[in-house]
Amino acid sequence: MSIATPPVDASAVKPAFRSISPARKIRNGIATVLVVVSFLIAMVPLIWVIATVLIRGLAPVLNPNWWLQSLNGLLARQQGGGVYHAIYGTLAQSLVAAVIATPVGIMVAIYLVEYGGRGKATTRLSKATTFMVDILTGVPSIVAALFIYAVWISILGLPRSAFAVSLALVLLMMPVVVRSTEEMLKIVPDDLREASYALGVPKWRTIVKIVIPTALSGMLTGIVLALARIMGETAPVLILVAYAPYINFNLFSGNMASLPLLMTVERSNPTAAGSDRIWGSALTLILIITIFQLIAAALSKLTAPKTK
Amino acid sequence: MSDPIATGSSAATGDPGRRAGLPAPSPAPEAGISPSTPPSTEPPPDTRRTVVQRGDRLFSGLATGSGAFVVVLIGAIGLFLLLQAIPALIHDHANFLTSREFATDDPNNLRFGIFELLEVTVEVSVYALVLAMPVGLGIALFLTQYAPARVARPLAYLVDLLAAVPSIIFGLWGILVLAPVIRPVAQWLNAHFGWIWLFGHGNVGPDLGSNLFTAGIVLAAMLLPIITAITREVFSRTPTAQIEGALALGATKWEVIQTTVLPFGRAGYVSASMLGLGRALGETIALTVILSASNQAFGGSLFDGGATFASKIALSFAELNNALSAGAYIAAGLVLFLLTFAVNALARWIVNRGVPQA
Repeated sequence: MSIATPPVDASAVKPAFRSISPARKIRNGIATVLVVVSFLIAMVPLIWVIATVLIRGLAPVLNPNWWLQSLNGLLARQQGGGVYHAIYGTLAQSLVAAVIATPVGIMVAIYLVEYGGRGKATTRLSKATTFMVDILTGVPSIVAALFIYAVWISILGLPRSAFAVSLALVLLMMPVVVRSTEEMLKIVPDDLREASYALGVPKWRTIVKIVIPTALSGMLTGIVLALARIMGETAPVLILVAYAPYINFNLFSGNMASLPLLMTVERSNPTAAGSDRIWGSALTLILIITIFQLIAAALSKLTAPKTK
Repeated sequence: MSDPIATGSSAATGDPGRRAGLPAPSPAPEAGISPSTPPSTEPPPDTRRTVVQRGDRLFSGLATGSGAFVVVLIGAIGLFLLLQAIPALIHDHANFLTSREFATDDPNNLRFGIFELLEVTVEVSVYALVLAMPVGLGIALFLTQYAPARVARPLAYLVDLLAAVPSIIFGLWGILVLAPVIRPVAQWLNAHFGWIWLFGHGNVGPDLGSNLFTAGIVLAAMLLPIITAITREVFSRTPTAQIEGALALGATKWEVIQTTVLPFGRAGYVSASMLGLGRALGETIALTVILSASNQAFGGSLFDGGATFASKIALSFAELNNALSAGAYIAAGLVLFLLTFAVNALARWIVNRGVPQA
């Protein structure tokens, strides 16, 4: 029985800690580098785009007339003029869209969270709605525009107008509002609802007076972010309204400019003035979107529920 | 207590019969607490049945109606596009599915098919996805596993900012700024790998930037925030116990990711990429700005030009003046709608089945 008996003083197991083999270290190092590099790659287009827009668009934007005049009567190659007509169009079209999309979106979210049931008790309609909101999120903006064209212009026979653009933007904004509102309503603690029910407050008043105020901060942020998102949409304005170089306050008739539309129109203008208008509009659009993002951030701070 | 809402609602409706049985204070304070109870025009005939308030009925009707409205809306999009497309499809003198023509100028002799649009759309989307998927994965890993928690949030915000840049600005940047810069790369690829169909000369060529090569890179930049957002969220839900277990066994950081994060988040990553694909298929204005049309047929090269469904519609639709020609483009739009519907539905299906709920 002398075979394979280890010496009495040898440790029964190999030492637990061994240094990591070079191959594993190298692989780990490569992975770390690749992961960091991919983040840096993402920063390249972001910084490059913003720098381009700033460098090429700053000069026209700094001229006060840019904000106060339209391009009415100016030739393609003429410098000067401004884009307040397009700023008005962008703001008006997207704000009208927001006014329609927000209540509908909030009601859909309320339905999904408060009435649709949860877990196994989720109703059929609730499941279908969740699915369709997901699908609506993925509907290309050009398809939304074609749908409005088919209904509003082909079938109802109404003219192309800024309001038709707003309707298409509603389709694009609503699912975003639903999603963000839904997330916010979900994190309202059930204790609050139950406390309210226990006091005999009806469900709808509980939602209006307890649930929504609690979630309001996040809801507003989501809505303003959704609004910022639709401002740059170009496909609907291409199809549903014609460009005008002058101001038009009427949403329901006539041509109306908007910043994205102005940029696509000026694309065919090869002069320096055209380039100024394109990049100036791009910078203006980014500025407006940034302002709305800042508003969203401020709203979420201001309306946050007071906690002790 | 499985459903707090259900239990809550029965309490909320305030069954007076049951309340009366409780050793409760007099009903007077209760009336004070719920002043909303309207001076009921219809006194409850049976006190044991739950009383549904008129406000409740109205509100739940509104909410349910809105929910149903969304479902109807998607159906309506498909239906109305189909209705508008049918007349044009009937008058189509070419095969809608296999023809490469898209001649709609003469409403009496419509000849249009989606074959080439489909080719261009799929190639540029897949190409963009191939570029964006590994980078998106890397970013998600960086933000959830590598970056210190304190800086991860602001860095994630930077990636999300990519999604806030309007696509028209991306398109203009792509054709006016990016395309001249990447021209040498395109020429090099064409010179050395031109024998592969993917890098063949194409109908636009590597010297001009208005080809799929440029478009795909711009599109990939636009897909990054979409792919990253969802992948990041799924990765961050990896159970800490698993990660710590792997670390305790002596795994390196990369081995931890390989053995815990990636298997856990694979479904989320795949579905995020599918959502990105859906976005790429429908991207309109950036591609309209970048791609230039060509008289020659699309040959599958990255240096080809052409038009996707969306860019074709965006380019030509505004000039249309008759319903039949418009119908041809609406038919193309319908195909695009069905395509994105299928891709998005598949993505949601994967994420709902495959992602473990934390």
